[in-house]
Amino acid sequence: MGTYVPNTKDEQLRMLKEIGLDSMDQLFEAIPKEVKLGSPLDIPKGMSEMEVSSKMKKIAGKNKVYETIFRGCGAYRHYIPAIVKQVTSKEEFMTAYTPYQAEISQGILQSIFEYQTMICELTGMQVSNASVYDGASAAAEAVIMSKERKRKKALVSASVNPMIIETITTYISGTDMELELIPVKDGLTDLESLKNKLDDNTSCVLIQQPNYYGLLEDGDAIGSILADTDIKYIMSCNPISLGVLKTPAEYGADIAVGEGQPLGLGLSFGGPYLGFMATTEKLMRRLPGRIVGETKDSQGRRAYVLTLQAREQHIRREKASSNICSNQALCAMTAAVYLAAMGREGIRQAATLSMSKAHYLAERLCEIDGYDLVYEGEFFNEFVTTVNADVDVVLKALSKHGILGGYPLEGSDRRQLLWCATELNTKEEIDSMIQILNGVSG
Amino acid sequence: MSKIFYAKSHEWVEFLDDTTARVGISDYAQSELGDLVFVSLPEEGDEVAVGESFADVESVKAVSNVYSPVSGTVKAVNENLLDQPELVNSDAMDAWFIEVENISDKADLLTEEEYKKLIEE
Repeated sequence: MGTYVPNTKDEQLRMLKEIGLDSMDQLFEAIPKEVKLGSPLDIPKGMSEMEVSSKMKKIAGKNKVYETIFRGCGAYRHYIPAIVKQVTSKEEFMTAYTPYQAEISQGILQSIFEYQTMICELTGMQVSNASVYDGASAAAEAVIMSKERKRKKALVSASVNPMIIETITTYISGTDMELELIPVKDGLTDLESLKNKLDDNTSCVLIQQPNYYGLLEDGDAIGSILADTDIKYIMSCNPISLGVLKTPAEYGADIAVGEGQPLGLGLSFGGPYLGFMATTEKLMRRLPGRIVGETKDSQGRRAYVLTLQAREQHIRREKASSNICSNQALCAMTAAVYLAAMGREGIRQAATLSMSKAHYLAERLCEIDGYDLVYEGEFFNEFVTTVNADVDVVLKALSKHGILGGYPLEGSDRRQLLWCATELNTKEEIDSMIQILNGVSG
Repeated sequence: MSKIFYAKSHEWVEFLDDTTARVGISDYAQSELGDLVFVSLPEEGDEVAVGESFADVESVKAVSNVYSPVSGTVKAVNENLLDQPELVNSDAMDAWFIEVENISDKADLLTEEEYKKLIEE
């Protein structure tokens, strides 16, 4: 039954009568006649539901929706259990926003607390916030978290997704921080270069695991290099990969961030997505955004509240480390439902299947003349190969069969594709694509 | 001989000698702020200047700046306050925030009597 019920004309008239008025117009009598519009808005006549539905379907029909996807690059198509949509489309969850009045929002606060708990379990960290807009801004916020009075230089690996690097650059442009890229060697963060760049002005080192090219970085080595310094270790990770990989905490990271889209959110043409941020207890007070805490009410019952609010910009104003005062409530809820539905085993399976299928895909692709792995390192579910024709030719050939092929990497002379496989790609799909590619030349 | 003075912004300063002093916040300040949950302190070697904020204190509802009554260099910070900010509430006159050396300037300071009068108003 709906919990949102608009008031009727009758109820409106009764309310007006209660305050001595006859019509809605009378409510606005204080506004001078000269500034009142006085005529209908210059917009087209309304359409019927049937007409609107038809029009929207036509527009949506212009989208090319691929049956089979072999592309990742920051957003991944994973299987979403039916229960996820079921739970999140409950009216109370779908319409809820970041709660400002704890007393009447216990349900949503608890759901956010559960989300935060699950993120901590996934990443191995001790505190998580209620989420931020997306993985890129989460990375940017983490960089800003690392700033100290004398440490304002962020070192970011060039093997991080370029869109994340761009977002970090934008975010710090209003501050006195600067960003320096750590060069890449053989597709991985160049550790020697990293060591040489560390100094007393460095605030943090940020890497992506797996990185933009799908490769597994030597997170342990970087952890060791940074261990006895005051430099913060930030790891941007793929949450599904945490089903098989070491957690950021196990690598010694101080802050774990990432894009939560793979956790039950569809591709949705780029959004809305979900930024998760988790850190150690030591850095808890630097975490931006909403944090839900568990406490006891005056009768000793468990209750939930928004806590540590003195960090936030509505209290700390210009001294706050971030201006975010919201979260991605519905997306965080979706991730929580997905994680609960999948459980530890489910996540591990999704990760293992994704990794296995990607390795099978790589093996089969490399059987084709002119297709070779560009990097030698171990990868999770993405990898780069050369192709034997211009990337457009290859991708067009695949597109004809409803297949979205790998992502054409910039600056690779149009001959490199970044491929991806998830649990949704079947062996048959892979084999069938190989057949098609075998027929492509030029 | 040490002497305690007050700034109008409710900080106390205790001179250990002509150019060294300890700074904290007054008992009146701590009672107005309420229970403190966090104190953010500067680092040894930082410069502080008269009237400028050198630290902040966080209660459940607000964050407030603590202003320096003197100009100089931070010689030491009271690390106890980082773990136990409530020490400021229980004994504000004992809970010093920083020790400053090379004092080159000070604000218009009030004596204990003058400060008492100020807060009575």
